[in-house]
Amino acid sequence: MAPQGDVPLQGNVDVDAGTLERLYRGLRRIRRVEEEVARLYPSDKIKSPVHLSIGQEAIAVGVCDPLRADDVVAPTYRGHAAYLAKGGDLNGMMAELYGKVGGCARGKGGSMHLIGMERFILGASAVVGTTIPLALGFALALKREGKGRIAVAFFGDGATEEGVFYESLNFAALHRLPLLFVCENNFFAIHTPLEKRWATDRLCERVATYDIPTTKISDGDVIKIHAWTTESAAALRTGAGPRFLECHAWRWREHVGPGEDYDAGYRARADLAAWQQNDPVERIGGRIAAPVRAAVDAAIEREIADAVAFAEASPFPDAEELTAHVFAE
Amino acid sequence: MSSRSEAAAPLRAAAPERRLRYVEALNEAVAQEMARDPRVFIFGLDVDDHKGIQGSTVGLQQRFGRDRVFNTPLSEDAMTGVAIGAAMAGMRPIHVHIRMDFLMLCMNQLVNMAAKAHYMYGGAVKVPLVVRSMIGKSWGQGAQHSQGLHAMFMHVPGLKVVAPSNAHDAKGCLIAAIRDDNPVIFVEHRLLYGTEAAVPEVPYATPFGQARIMGRGDDITIVGISNMAVECLRARELLSAAGIAAEIIDPISLVPLDIETIAASARRTGRLLVVDNAWMTCGASAEIVARVLERLGTRALQSVGRMGFAPTTCPTTPALEREFYPNPATIAERAHLLVRPDAPAWRPAAEDAALAYQLQFRGPF
Repeated sequence: MAPQGDVPLQGNVDVDAGTLERLYRGLRRIRRVEEEVARLYPSDKIKSPVHLSIGQEAIAVGVCDPLRADDVVAPTYRGHAAYLAKGGDLNGMMAELYGKVGGCARGKGGSMHLIGMERFILGASAVVGTTIPLALGFALALKREGKGRIAVAFFGDGATEEGVFYESLNFAALHRLPLLFVCENNFFAIHTPLEKRWATDRLCERVATYDIPTTKISDGDVIKIHAWTTESAAALRTGAGPRFLECHAWRWREHVGPGEDYDAGYRARADLAAWQQNDPVERIGGRIAAPVRAAVDAAIEREIADAVAFAEASPFPDAEELTAHVFAE
Repeated sequence: MSSRSEAAAPLRAAAPERRLRYVEALNEAVAQEMARDPRVFIFGLDVDDHKGIQGSTVGLQQRFGRDRVFNTPLSEDAMTGVAIGAAMAGMRPIHVHIRMDFLMLCMNQLVNMAAKAHYMYGGAVKVPLVVRSMIGKSWGQGAQHSQGLHAMFMHVPGLKVVAPSNAHDAKGCLIAAIRDDNPVIFVEHRLLYGTEAAVPEVPYATPFGQARIMGRGDDITIVGISNMAVECLRARELLSAAGIAAEIIDPISLVPLDIETIAASARRTGRLLVVDNAWMTCGASAEIVARVLERLGTRALQSVGRMGFAPTTCPTTPALEREFYPNPATIAERAHLLVRPDAPAWRPAAEDAALAYQLQFRGPF
């Protein structure tokens, strides 16, 4: 009920070969998209601040892969990974970063406000914690609908300091709403470490007082995350109340922007090295047959090149777009 | 201009025999819309208790069930997010707050999400949300139960703001708000709850962006917002005793704002007084005066004035509270000064001012 450290999952979890390949494709695709965004960024073609997901791919991929297509996810402003993992259109994302009218938000949202309602990806918010209750509202609607769909709220460690997080936990548990709370704990809110923000690191224990089952996965193992989600989603579809996952992760790059910032002194490159040694892209990739892996990689590169070309070719919005969508007609 | 004035003319006369109180009109509007549309639900602190938000939600849970009418924890921030999320999912929530002051706990969700979602996501989602809240007054409501904060919401693109002043418009505006695909801040006033008006039984929507001329007059245009519309009607009676004919306009909706009707009236009377149920600084009264002057030019009017809350926190003691609000006597006195700036000072007799409180707006609608 009040876990300290990792909660062991039942037995030795693993996945079949098909799932393994999907997971690899998902991880690699996000990694490569983000690297390409970082590469393009100095060209000033990307007209939006970017909060890259590099290093945190496993959470989005592990959580989204077991979901149904009509399940709902609410990503954060560091949301490229969740957007892509849930099936968000890469062309729409790239054009959105470029500020083009072909973007998923017609160029009006940018990197921090990606949205893909056709894939049930809620719009992300630049205000930390703000989308947690929106996912809760969707969960309420899904429960009323009664078709077994569930919602997932992604949020960072910083969001757990907002009052709305606890308000949402309480309401979700009170009404047994089909919502998975997934905390991406990368230890920093911008540059401020947990030690300056949390009285204790017993986050799961705090959440458990709402009678919400909690799990902590601190090694970034995508297969454990996948197993947790598979089991939790099945439980929620049959009426179990909400569940909570705390996943440790390492943000490889700076808070916002394409580069690294280990020279700033607020965190150590040695920590990065430890996480890189355990990089899920390579760990999962190493379990895939080389020809298969090469084919997956090549397909990803083609898709990224196509997306960049799409973004380049898409026009900027006309000036009339400024006043469109203030109100829904 | 003339077509807009016609649009602002009184609506078709209602069946005269059926009168409802404001609170009953609110209740009926919600009940009729819930019966019509299964996507509509209503929730908020105390909506299902024995008092039912002063009666405005009484009986709804018995009729529509606990899934569609339910109480909430005191978690206004998250509950507003729940409403927005449910609205994006295709439901049509009505979130109720028993005082407008509590909306300050909802500001992040209302300003950063509800107002912006349709725009920020390029039209990919809609937020058909109604946020009901009530402005308190008297009985020592004091600092945090009395605020009229509609101007804060008027400031933010993407929110509609309506403040009906009578039972007829309360029903019509609430139905219109529920049917609207945008977030609507629905401003009620506690002292209006008991007031009666002709209210047709059939569901009807009062269009937003059409002001109502509540009383005709040629000497001065007085705009009254929310409960101040009623106070201005009372002032009009007092002014008539002094031979001044005031035209009283209730904007009904503040966003969108029917500035055409107000400007046309002010152009004709040459004088404009805006009385808000709120503070004046950066407020609705400032907005209305500015827009009228932009439209008519600075020389079109002989005199312009504004009235509102005293620039203080609302005190509880009646000795100070009565100085805090405009009232029919002070409104009449100010209007008199605007119409006859060179005449000797005038104020209505105390007994007339007291009698003015018996006046209720009875249409025409």
